[in-house]
Amino acid sequence: MQFIVQQVLNALQVGSVYALIALGYTMVYGILTMINFAHGDIFMVSTYIAFFVATLLLGLFASLPPLFIFAVTIVVAMFGTTVLAVAIERFAYKPLRKAPRISAVITALGVGLFLENFTLATIGPEPRFLPRLLPVVNVTVGGVTFSTIQITIILVSVLVMFLLDTIVQRTMVGMAMRAVSWDKFTASLMGVPVDRIISLTFALGAVMAAIGGTLYGMAYTIDPYMGIRIGWWAFISAVVGGIGNIRGAMIGGYILGAVEIFTPVLLASTYRDFVAFSILLLLLIFRPTGILGRPMIQKV
Amino acid sequence: MRERVFLVGGAVLLAIVLTACAPRAPTEIKIGLNAELTGSIPVVGASCKNAAEMAVEEVNAAGGLEVGGKKYKVTLLVEDNEDKAESAAAAAQKLNTAGVLLMIGPNASRNAIPASEVAESNKMPMISPWSTNPKTTLDPKTGQPKKYVFRAAFIDDFQGQVAAKFAITELKTKRPAVLYDVASEYNKGIAEIYKKTLEENGIQVVAFETYTTGDKDFSAQLTKIKEAGADTLFLPNYYSEVPLQVQQAHKLGFKGIIFGSDSWGNLELITLCGKDCEGLFFTTHYATDIATPKAQQFIKAYEAKYGKTPDDVAALTYDSFGLAFQAIKAAGKLDREAIRNALASITEYEGVTGVMQFKGTGDPIKSAVIIQIREGKFRFHSVAKP
Repeated sequence: MQFIVQQVLNALQVGSVYALIALGYTMVYGILTMINFAHGDIFMVSTYIAFFVATLLLGLFASLPPLFIFAVTIVVAMFGTTVLAVAIERFAYKPLRKAPRISAVITALGVGLFLENFTLATIGPEPRFLPRLLPVVNVTVGGVTFSTIQITIILVSVLVMFLLDTIVQRTMVGMAMRAVSWDKFTASLMGVPVDRIISLTFALGAVMAAIGGTLYGMAYTIDPYMGIRIGWWAFISAVVGGIGNIRGAMIGGYILGAVEIFTPVLLASTYRDFVAFSILLLLLIFRPTGILGRPMIQKV
Repeated sequence: MRERVFLVGGAVLLAIVLTACAPRAPTEIKIGLNAELTGSIPVVGASCKNAAEMAVEEVNAAGGLEVGGKKYKVTLLVEDNEDKAESAAAAAQKLNTAGVLLMIGPNASRNAIPASEVAESNKMPMISPWSTNPKTTLDPKTGQPKKYVFRAAFIDDFQGQVAAKFAITELKTKRPAVLYDVASEYNKGIAEIYKKTLEENGIQVVAFETYTTGDKDFSAQLTKIKEAGADTLFLPNYYSEVPLQVQQAHKLGFKGIIFGSDSWGNLELITLCGKDCEGLFFTTHYATDIATPKAQQFIKAYEAKYGKTPDDVAALTYDSFGLAFQAIKAAGKLDREAIRNALASITEYEGVTGVMQFKGTGDPIKSAVIIQIREGKFRFHSVAKP
């Protein structure tokens, strides 16, 4: 029993990160029907922003409370990543909005490669840890051990996803986003500033990635190629949940987290990608719209 | 004009006659060095050359090497193999033509393997200081050990045995566990030998978990290991991944002893791992604070001559020369076949990296060094005998 509870906790930790990144894929797809393959690498850049901010702040103001530095780090990472994502949208994707969709996808792959290699060339390939900003305490309750970092990752992710869901479902901006995702042309006739809403969508995705990235950097090492695998898994999460659907991406993230943890428990770690991509394939065959996705109505 | 041609021709003829005469009445011992002086690992080549020159100078300062009652000066012929397989083979060929008695090097297995083919077909004894790949000393066609190829380092598999002995005798493990990268030959080889050796000693491995290169979350496997009640955890993995594994194990409340193999031996490990790696152990070839007088003497002399601490390549190169000198003395004559036989039957050679012995194959039976991480430094802990 303790064993299962412990593994569920592990799955929630991994799944939270996948869910946060999957949101970026799903929101952009929802609004532009385009898969932003650079999103995994945007996530990677966010961890490096957090790394440099945290290191700098610790070096300059060592006397500040670490929790305050953590808060500043996460805010600066969110801001920096937003600027990057919006700039990518403006300069790489917007000129191609009327081009065939494949052009945008290939551009996204190119942007991803650019970010990876730029980081590799300027910062180097060595894996790094973010400085310790949160006190690491192990708590054991009834034989189940969890660290403060694990709990922080899960709680912050759930809170942020709840906030995002509220923004999209209950605010005017959220309504505008939903309107653009339904019908860009009609939305613009109704006075919705489509370009600004698209930029906002990229910004929200980047904020999610930056929160995920900062939390991820507290628990794992970061390196220039980390965005590839995590990006793929988050992308599968988004498709499993129903790409374009925000709640679906969250559910998909936790499903993939469970795949990541329970595959080595039941089979072997080498089967991880096999299981993940098999789920993707089966879903695409039997339920191409994902768990929560609605079938796309062909507009004539 | 004609006179000059005649003169040059005469000189060449004289040179040919002189060199042709040389093997009949040798006044010196020629040893070849096939090293990675340029290419992607020039640090390895530089350490190798430094240690080689030091070993030769020391023996010449003592009046030379005594063979069959007569003292001979040792000359070193250095060839750069550019860290390329084909250049390594060409360098071996060149040294063979120059008439060296034996060849030391190359270091990296990717160069040592092609060079060993040349050595084997020319019946030229070769000692690779640093190569750990089993194929260096093994004939791929017959699966038999090569006759003329030796090495000073232990092979990868051997570390699995040493680690198992260490776990049994020092850590007193009853419930050992392993987590290793199943996609990497090195990690997999050591992990499997470790498991086999423990089982031969009647100890069952309670968890034998795998991951794939690049994974960053090991919580599933580590939770299984903890659940199995493991008291030790063996991580024969690379220094870039070990810190994550150690930290995640600690976060999940694993209390047992964690240890690893020579792939931990990079100071980056301590930078990444911090306090979590304090007190952990790993097996390796050599330590700079090793206690034997022979090692201390070597380290002091090397530091005085080159102004830096000798690394494992330098120590193993120095030992390769030591092995060569001992074999030449034992052979009693300057003959490749006799030297090969003497090398193969060395029963005890005390080197910088430990006591070595050859038993029929080119792979030495030697002790390994156990390092403990203390106060953020790699410290010598003990010598582990196979």
